[in-house]
Amino acid sequence: MKKILCAFLLLLISGNVHAALDVFACEPEWAALTQQLAGDKASIYTATGALQDPHRVDARPSLIAKARRADLVVCTGAELEAAWLPLVLRESGNNAIQPGSAGYFEAASAAHMLEVPARLDRAEGDVHAAGNPHIQTDARNFLPIAEALSKRLIQLDPANTAHYQQRLAAFDQQWRSAIAKWEKQAAPLKGVPIIVQHQGFPYLNNWLGLQQVATLEPKPGMEPGAAHLGQVLNGLQQHPARMVLRAAYQDGRPSEWIAERAQIHAVMLPYTVGGTPQAADLFALFDDTIQRLLAGLKN
Amino acid sequence: MSSKFYLRVAIAALLGHSLNASAANDDDLQVIREQIRQLESRIDQAAAPVTSRGEGAFNPAVSLILGGTYGSLGQDPAIPATGFAMNANPGHQQGFNLGESEMVIAANIDPEYRGVATLALDPAGGMSVENAFVQSSALGHGLNLKFGRFFSGLGYLNELHAHAWDFVDQPLVYATLWENQSGDDGIQLKWLAPTDRFFEIGGEIGRGRGFPGTDTVRNGNGAGVLFAHIGDDIGIEQSWRVGLSLHQTKRADAVSNAVPDLLNTAGGVSNSFSGDSQTAGVDLIWKYAPNGNLRDRYLKLQGEYFRRKENGWLTYNLTTTDSYAVTQSGWYLQGVYQFMPHWRTGLRYDRLDPGVAQVGAMNAGNVINSYAYSPTRTSLMLDYSPSEFSRFRVQLAHDQSRQGLADNQFFLQYIMSLGAHGAHQY
Repeated sequence: MKKILCAFLLLLISGNVHAALDVFACEPEWAALTQQLAGDKASIYTATGALQDPHRVDARPSLIAKARRADLVVCTGAELEAAWLPLVLRESGNNAIQPGSAGYFEAASAAHMLEVPARLDRAEGDVHAAGNPHIQTDARNFLPIAEALSKRLIQLDPANTAHYQQRLAAFDQQWRSAIAKWEKQAAPLKGVPIIVQHQGFPYLNNWLGLQQVATLEPKPGMEPGAAHLGQVLNGLQQHPARMVLRAAYQDGRPSEWIAERAQIHAVMLPYTVGGTPQAADLFALFDDTIQRLLAGLKN
Repeated sequence: MSSKFYLRVAIAALLGHSLNASAANDDDLQVIREQIRQLESRIDQAAAPVTSRGEGAFNPAVSLILGGTYGSLGQDPAIPATGFAMNANPGHQQGFNLGESEMVIAANIDPEYRGVATLALDPAGGMSVENAFVQSSALGHGLNLKFGRFFSGLGYLNELHAHAWDFVDQPLVYATLWENQSGDDGIQLKWLAPTDRFFEIGGEIGRGRGFPGTDTVRNGNGAGVLFAHIGDDIGIEQSWRVGLSLHQTKRADAVSNAVPDLLNTAGGVSNSFSGDSQTAGVDLIWKYAPNGNLRDRYLKLQGEYFRRKENGWLTYNLTTTDSYAVTQSGWYLQGVYQFMPHWRTGLRYDRLDPGVAQVGAMNAGNVINSYAYSPTRTSLMLDYSPSEFSRFRVQLAHDQSRQGLADNQFFLQYIMSLGAHGAHQY
């Protein structure tokens, strides 16, 4: 009896010991980056999986409960999570993580945004006012984001400043040499014409020099219909592509339909950490992405 | 662009000037180049466009929901469900009608408060205030405060706006016990426990504006609500929430017309009820999506049960008053399945129990105390959403809510949302 009581008390105490920062990461890539920068100083919850469309997530009770206890929310921003995050934050009753406070971090605020629309009109489909939110496909974006995120960690947990600074320096160095390696590996991809399923790869294209010639979705967020797929197929006779790209969370059928008819490779990319079994961490994410792209070049 | 350019020229000229003044050596030049580079990068940063615009860059987020239905009914929708003549009967519209179009205006007021107004546009013209509330999570500690006019947090469907319903209409239990949705003018306070599993409790007090409340005009509150929610995920594919709610109000001179009686008075009689009304409810929702990816396919099962006890005085035909007590209940169970992107189908079963009333001796020969009939309805719907902002729906219902008046109903509906598109509730 005494033992049980002791164990129970211990459990209560350990529950109250709050050594680590509680981090709520909207997507797996930001969970992985936070892990790199904070190490054991953060306890991280990832709100979405690699096989989920981050635009389309429910404001589930579990997410609200996790946000309630978070010290820091790390999300893409640029309205990627507009369908669920505002509600999760509001319902959490946690004033430390509301937009504008130190506990709310948007990766997009540190990246250089592409495809900022000149015209905001729903006739253009599901467009984002702040630009295309799929910033995680360009490895170079992680450098400024890591710097900004590290600053935020220090702001929230100044006692461990040296720890965060040291981890940022290490990450920065490793990441720069990894980028050099990836760019070298990806050299054959420069100028390669591709088709994409969703308008989700402008950053990747911009980085590696892939030439996007068509999109299977007629407008962002709209399902590729048979008529539009037919048009894309016809267009390929004038502008042939080498492969068609899609993210792991997307339905493979439109890609495979076009790949079969145009005799090109359908390439599924992990898109984020965990999207494929190989993409187990941030470094492996880009290793795997580039390997899959290179495999798509082979005949 | 041009201002940036001029700034750069000015800086270069300034720096160039200082360069001429001092006999420059290579080291100085190096330093100056570095200064120019830093200044330029600062200009770039200062001139960078604001990327994060919040809810519509200081203008409130405005959204307009356009909705319309076509209804084909075999029976007069004004006839209430059997045994529920003294309840609400929102009914249905026949033929083409504009249905519920609503305008939502929302924005942060300051760092602590957020305001939301939902104005319902009446098809016949005019406008009514459906919701107009201020909410704040600035209290922290898991507390959420809301005040103004809002839909009560009781049940699951009650807080959902009409454009987010999975069927054209509300379940029978919501129609008869809550007049579709229970809204009130008052205050709500919720507290979310700091636990891993979602656990929330909340309370509301209000004037008792909506049915079954009778809009108190005295000081104090006319209605009170307590609710608790618990919910979680099961792996990445399933999630659930269970809720309990209690509602109580004091009804004063609640008059119902065309109530059938034991004397078979043609057109029924008008009765008035005064007394306590207490309702308890339980709600359950469970969702499943393969890989947790809602885009492709998902299944949603939900059910709710409400039981209302009323105890007080009934004035029969607005003349004879004696005691009256009844316990009514109702439930529904529904499943909605998105079988491919953009396409969903749903099935719902409704059932009500009018209960057996205890009628005081003076009215024993007037008031029907038992109907011995349980109203039911089965509805089947199919909807297609070309995008996140548009939806078309067809619904068939076999309605046996009125004894001897079985009805096959057919509805068409469109729901379009323009402008800002807020986040949806679970």
